[in-house]
Amino acid sequence: MTELPAGAVDVDLHPMVPGLSALAPFLPAFWRDQIAMRGLEGFDSASFPPKAPKTVRPDWRPAATFDDLRDQALDRWRVARGIVTPLYGVQLIFNEDMAAAFTAALNDWTRVEFLDRDPRLAASIVLPMFNTEHALAEIARLAPDRRFVQAMVLAQGEVPLGRRHNWPVFAELERLGLPLAIHAGSAWRNPATSLGWASWHFEDHAAHQQAFQSTLASLITEGVFRKFPKLKVVLLESGVTWLPAFLWRLTKTWKGVRFEIPWVDRPPAEIVRDNIRLSCQPFDAPDDAETVLRVMDHLGSDALLMWASDWPHWQFDGDPRLLAGIGPDLARKIARDNALATYTRLDAEVPA
Amino acid sequence: MTKHVVAPVAAIPPGGRHVAELGGKRIVVFNLDGEFFALADRCPHQGGPLSKGPVMGLVESACPGEYRYDRRGEIIRCPWHAWEFDIRTGRSRFDPRRTKVRAFPASVACGADLQAETFPVSVEDSYVVVEA
Repeated sequence: MTELPAGAVDVDLHPMVPGLSALAPFLPAFWRDQIAMRGLEGFDSASFPPKAPKTVRPDWRPAATFDDLRDQALDRWRVARGIVTPLYGVQLIFNEDMAAAFTAALNDWTRVEFLDRDPRLAASIVLPMFNTEHALAEIARLAPDRRFVQAMVLAQGEVPLGRRHNWPVFAELERLGLPLAIHAGSAWRNPATSLGWASWHFEDHAAHQQAFQSTLASLITEGVFRKFPKLKVVLLESGVTWLPAFLWRLTKTWKGVRFEIPWVDRPPAEIVRDNIRLSCQPFDAPDDAETVLRVMDHLGSDALLMWASDWPHWQFDGDPRLLAGIGPDLARKIARDNALATYTRLDAEVPA
Repeated sequence: MTKHVVAPVAAIPPGGRHVAELGGKRIVVFNLDGEFFALADRCPHQGGPLSKGPVMGLVESACPGEYRYDRRGEIIRCPWHAWEFDIRTGRSRFDPRRTKVRAFPASVACGADLQAETFPVSVEDSYVVVEA
């Protein structure tokens, strides 16, 4: 494995919301009172159940405060910049008004509890995506704060992400130069697998990869990147090694049926290289230099991958390291340069 | 390249196609509204017989949801994996620069000018001639 250089950018940090009461100060009075009136217990995501061993590494629990994040990740790994990506499930609430209010509260919690405490941190505008107007309103509310460097949705939504009713959101993100992050996880509008409900959490977890494949196919075939060529999409916690094989299949099939989607006038693999970035935690390959380099060769670009610790998910023990076999140039790109190129609002140096 | 008389013009009506073996090569000749074009009858992908594929028009798009459809009948699709080729040039649609099927010059000549050929022609008729 390659040592993580100092001054890295960590693009996927998940502080755990300690409970609904943590969001109460950020809610309008009506919704704050509804927590007691309706006996609301919380909106933890079943994709990342807080008490599941994999969700938070035992030596990092509860991983809910800024001090945890600073001590366990930022300071310990000498990280230059970190992007907060909370996975609390408030944006998934069926009641659209409630989803909008609680998602805004989550974003404000992130702002006050994390961004205001450390200039190294940047954050993601979590979008209440089931109502386009609400999503646009949340972008309009938070985009002026340049510490929000991207917007974020989950991979498994209500319908395939590339559908045109979502385009006003893509148009606005492109206009503002904000990447759209798609994080692993389900809105539970559909089973986590395309076959139906799985028996085990572990099966849902493995199915994240299917969801990323279908989401990527949706964005490409619907023509999102033809319509919004400057839109950057970041896949977070997607895994990486599935991508070349999937692109092979997508591109191969496109050669025969491109007439169905004539707006896609170049190979899907090329579109991915221009518009898609991925975090490389997890990477999903053995710790073997030859294997890693072969995957890099298949990816066909050294600009695609961005390092993430995925703190506090239990992806590794001890301290994080980079992929085996990559030289210092590629290590610097993955650990730092690719993220700085993707996030135009993010500077390597902490703002004064 | 040698000139080969392939068939009387009347034998390949507009929209029709004709396969010929010319100098050891299998070639398919298309009639596009009175103009003749000849392509190797062998897809550059895996050798599928283009002569057995369906034709369609050229569909292009400036923007998702918009379809510009013209040149009906001028795009042949390989029957094996549906790759599209422009009958006029042999160039594929998905990668016109690098992926193409070989095109041969085709023309029409009158029988009177072809009397020297070994192919039996009559002076009253016109013939499709392919250089291959």
